[in-house]
Order: sequence, then C-alpha cells, then structure tokens
Amino acid sequence: MTALTLAGAGADPRRRLKVLASQEALLAIAVIGLAIAVGLYNPRFLAVRNLSDVLLGNAYIAVAAVGMSMVIVSGNIDISVGALIGVLATISGTLAVNGAPIVVAWLAALVAGVAVMALQGVIIAYLRIPAIVVTLGMLSILKGGLISVTGGKWITDLPDSFHLADIEFFGMLPFPVFLMILVTILAALWMRYSASGRAIYAVGGNAEAARLCGISQPRTVVMVFALHGLFAGAAALLYATQLRVIQSTVPPNLELTIITASVVGGVSILGGVGTVVGSTLAAVLIAEIASALVFIDVSPYWIRAVQGVLILVTVIADILRRRRMAGA
Amino acid sequence: MSEIPLPQVAKRVVPWWLIRHETMLALILLIALIGLGSLNNRFLTLDNLLNQGRLTTEVGLIALPMTFIIITGGIDLSVGSIVGLCAILLGYSWKVFGFPLPLAMCFSLLVGAAAGFLNGIVITRVKVPPLIMTIATLALYRGLAEGISQARSVRGYPEWFYFIGQENLFGVPAQLWLLLIAIVVSAIVLDRTTFGRTLYAIGNNETAARFSGLAVDRVKLIIYTLSGLMAGLSACVLVSRVTTTRSDMGIGYELDVIAAVVLGGTSIFGGVGTIWGTVVGLAMIQLLKNGLALTGVKGDATIVVIGAVLILSTLVASSLQRKREGV
Repeated sequence: MTALTLAGAGADPRRRLKVLASQEALLAIAVIGLAIAVGLYNPRFLAVRNLSDVLLGNAYIAVAAVGMSMVIVSGNIDISVGALIGVLATISGTLAVNGAPIVVAWLAALVAGVAVMALQGVIIAYLRIPAIVVTLGMLSILKGGLISVTGGKWITDLPDSFHLADIEFFGMLPFPVFLMILVTILAALWMRYSASGRAIYAVGGNAEAARLCGISQPRTVVMVFALHGLFAGAAALLYATQLRVIQSTVPPNLELTIITASVVGGVSILGGVGTVVGSTLAAVLIAEIASALVFIDVSPYWIRAVQGVLILVTVIADILRRRRMAGA
Repeated sequence: MSEIPLPQVAKRVVPWWLIRHETMLALILLIALIGLGSLNNRFLTLDNLLNQGRLTTEVGLIALPMTFIIITGGIDLSVGSIVGLCAILLGYSWKVFGFPLPLAMCFSLLVGAAAGFLNGIVITRVKVPPLIMTIATLALYRGLAEGISQARSVRGYPEWFYFIGQENLFGVPAQLWLLLIAIVVSAIVLDRTTFGRTLYAIGNNETAARFSGLAVDRVKLIIYTLSGLMAGLSACVLVSRVTTTRSDMGIGYELDVIAAVVLGGTSIFGGVGTIWGTVVGLAMIQLLKNGLALTGVKGDATIVVIGAVLILSTLVASSLQRKREGV
C-alpha cells in the first residue's frame, strides 16, 4: 500500500508536503525548534561547547539505535543491548590495559558483539523462542556475569592510543560524530536499495509473503542480529573511549534509551516500517532533551519519565495513523 | 463415529498426573531440596525455608496475575517499575502529603491499579502490543518514581507497619499468609470460573474467543489492572520488610516473575499454564537463589543462573510442545 502511494505521488504537489510531514522531517524540526526555544530561555544552552558535548556524549546511542532499528523493523526486539555494550566495553578495555595491540582490543569488542547477538538470533529464529524471552535472559546473564567477574572494579590507566573517541577529522569533526553519520548513511542506503536490506522490511512486514518470495526468514533474522551486534560493538568502543575510565558495570537502562530512539525515530513496533535516519535524529533529540532539562532548571531525574512519554505518544500515534490508513 | 480412533489414553503405563509439567517440576524440586540439604545443613531447616517464603512473597504476589497475563499470550514488563513507583508514593504521601499510613498504603495500591489500568486500556483500546506498551511504561513508571523522589529515600515508619514484612503470624511469616490467600484465590479463579477459562480461550485463539462472545477486552483490562494492583501490594510488603523506600526498588522483578511463571510450565505463547505450576516455579527460583547463596555464590552470579534458566526452560517447554503437536 505504501509502495502504491509513493508511485502514484510522482508529480503530485502534495508530495512535497508529505516529505515535510515525514517522521524524519518532524524530528529535524523538533531538534532545531527545541534548540531555539531552550536557547531563548537560557542562551548558555547554545554554546558550541554544550552542543558538541551533547553530540559527542551520545553518538554511541545513535550508533546502537541503528542496529536496534533493524531488529525492530524485522519484527523483533532486543533488551540485552545495554548490558552487552557494558560487557564489550569492559572486554575491550581489559585487553588494552593488559597490553594487547590496540587494534585487537577494538576488534575484540566487534567480534564478541557479533557472536553474542548472532547466538541470540539463532535461538530466536531457528529454535523459535520469542525475542523478549531470549534477550531478557541474556540481559541478566550479561549483567550478572559482568559484575561477578569484574567485581565492579573500574578500569583505569587506559593507553592513550585506545581512545578512539579522541580522533578528529580535519581538526573539527570528532570521530564519534563522524561514525554516527557514516553508519546512519550506509545503513540507510543498504536498507533501502539492497536486496538483503529490503528483506528485513519484507520479513517484518509480512513473514509469510516474504517466505513465498524466497526470502529465508530465519537467515534474515540471524543476519539482522549479527549486524546489530556489530553496531553494539562499535557503540561500546565509543562508550568505552569517551572517558578515561571504564566503569565495568552495565549502564543502567541504556537499552531503554536505545529503544526509545528507534521507536521515536519512526520505526514501527509492528515491524516492516522505519528508517535509521529517523532513529539517529531521535537519538540526538533525546540527548538534547536530557541536556535541556538542566538548562531550564528541571531536575534531570525526570529524563526517564520523558522517555516513557515519548515512546508512548509515538507508538499510539503510529498505530492510530495505520488504522486511519487501513480505514481509508 | 466409531471409525475415529479414540485417543490412546489406556495404553499409557505412567499415570497422567505424573507426566504433567508441574509434577515433573515438583519432583525436580524435591530432588534439589534433598541435594541442597545434604550439601549444607543450614538449608533444610524450617527456619530457613520459612525465611525463603518471606523473601519470595514480593515476587510471588506479582507472579500470580502474570500467570493470567501470559496465559492470554500477553506480557507485563512494567511490574518492577510499578513496584518502584508505588513504594515511592507510599513513602511520599505519608511523609510529604501527611497521609496517615493506612491511607498511604491504600493510595499506593490505588496508584498500582491505575498504572496497570493504563497498560490495559491502551493495550485493549489502541491495540498496542503488550510487550511494547509495557516497555514504554517500564520507562515511564520508573521515571516517575525517580522524578518524584529526586533520589531521596523515606525512612522512619511507625513500628506497627513492620509487622507485615518482618513479624510472624501463627508461626509463619505474616506476608506469607497474604501470598497463600492470593494463591488459593487465583487458583480457584483460573480453574473454576468463567473468567479463568476465558483466559485460556484468549490465549489459544483470541479471534475465536471474540467471536464466541467472550468479553476479551474487559477480561484483559481486568488482568493488567490486577497486575498493577498486586505490584502495589508487593511494594507495601517490600517497604515494610526493608524499612525504607527508594526509587530503584523492584528493578529486575520482571525477570524473576517471568522466569518463575515460565519455569512453572506456563507457555510464553499463551493458552497453557496453571497457578500450581507458577507456585512450584517460584519455589524453584527462590531455592535456587538460596542454595547458590549458601554454597557461596554471590547475588550477581545468581541472576546469571536465573537468566539461563529462563531461556532453557522456554526451550525445553517449546520443544516438548512441538513434539506433542507432531510438528
């Protein structure tokens, strides 16, 4: 149905309106609008230093949200990603401190991320256990495992070359922001134009139809989870290298922030719809809101409630919109 | 009619009740009890077992409505956050609003029910999948608890309030009576009432249940509200036991609750499950925790085991079910 609407709208002047009303455009407007509004209330919010801190400190959430968006588009969910990021950061940091070559320390996070997520994908796709059960179980395995192995000790004395997040391009583009943009663009193009990328939408939209088209649903799900693990690994590296210490505990409720970014970014929780451009913009918006709370003298303890309301409103709006489309 | 072969019940050598999931689980439980008892002589004492009952009450109270919800094919991930929100509001309304404590307790139960009602109303009216709705409110209710409390705790409750959480009634921990009553009532409701049978009908085939004229939406609304209410009750018991309120109370409860229900033989796909199974599942989880603790395993490692138990028991249950159905 979406395909029909798009094809028919070729020369329609309303198409321009439609682009403006898309989730991505709305989010971009929200990001800029919020910045202006908060800036008027408290000009210090617009200081370059603050804005770049917001972007730098939260780029890893956007990177992880790209993988999460793929998972949700395929009709699944993953609540273990926050714990996994904590584990991967610790693995990478421990290797770096113990004298492993930096590249090995970086690669280890990526490989371990892919391995854990692919394993979950196999259990979900081939043994047909609901994603929520598998990832809830994995969440506690990773969380409990990390604390009992490290005892909650912080990793310090990381070698300087380990800090991926310190790299800057052209003296102004920090690596986390560069990676966030690069990953978003590549993933968006891949999901839109390649056969394997389209398969994710097919599986999430209508698994039976996808099967009849010759798409292997289990294989697609495993692929999506493996990729999600790769992005989680990249996110873990950004997370681990932005500070001088790694806390060796699971960042609390990180998975909720990542899921919020994906859902608010327009990824439909019913599967089959959504883009990673939206999820990245939403990640930026959420980070901006968290920072704005401080500047408008609201306690940052409210941020989680704001996230909850954001998910709730987007999900309800998405479902009502779909119902109206189906009714029309 | 006579040509249709009857199910071959008579051929079975083992009686039917022995191969039920609950019975097998109870047997495993018995073996585990004896095994742990022989490993550690502090384990198999009445004091220890009653104390474990005390500790399992908070999770147990929530596991009962969760059994109802999972039987219908739904799930409620927000229970831990509701516990946190209710605990905070119990302390806050008592300390800041100056409510008398009994009123504050009623208020916190009411908030729990309202939180569950919000889940239920959006799930039934807007048709948001329960998983997503309760992930959203998992964030929302925890966020409200954090925002309202501003990370401050409330202490210093009157002495009588600690009775529920710390004292004994007729030689048994006071809160265990609450749990026992709740278990009996839930078991009767699930097994002997139209309401209970409707839950199975919804879980087996929701569309068919709807076309059979069952009040599917009303029943769902009731069970999600009940889930919130019981989370509120659990919060009161928890606060009374640990004598303080903090906004991080109840974090991770959803894991224990869902693990107990699923371990107890309730199918995560809906349509199958019993209260007795959940009770045995609860006992297994608590004894696992206790047994591991007594053998020197730390709390953080225990959740590793519970996570693995959750995945493995679902795997076993679903492969058994597939075998039964001959798929």
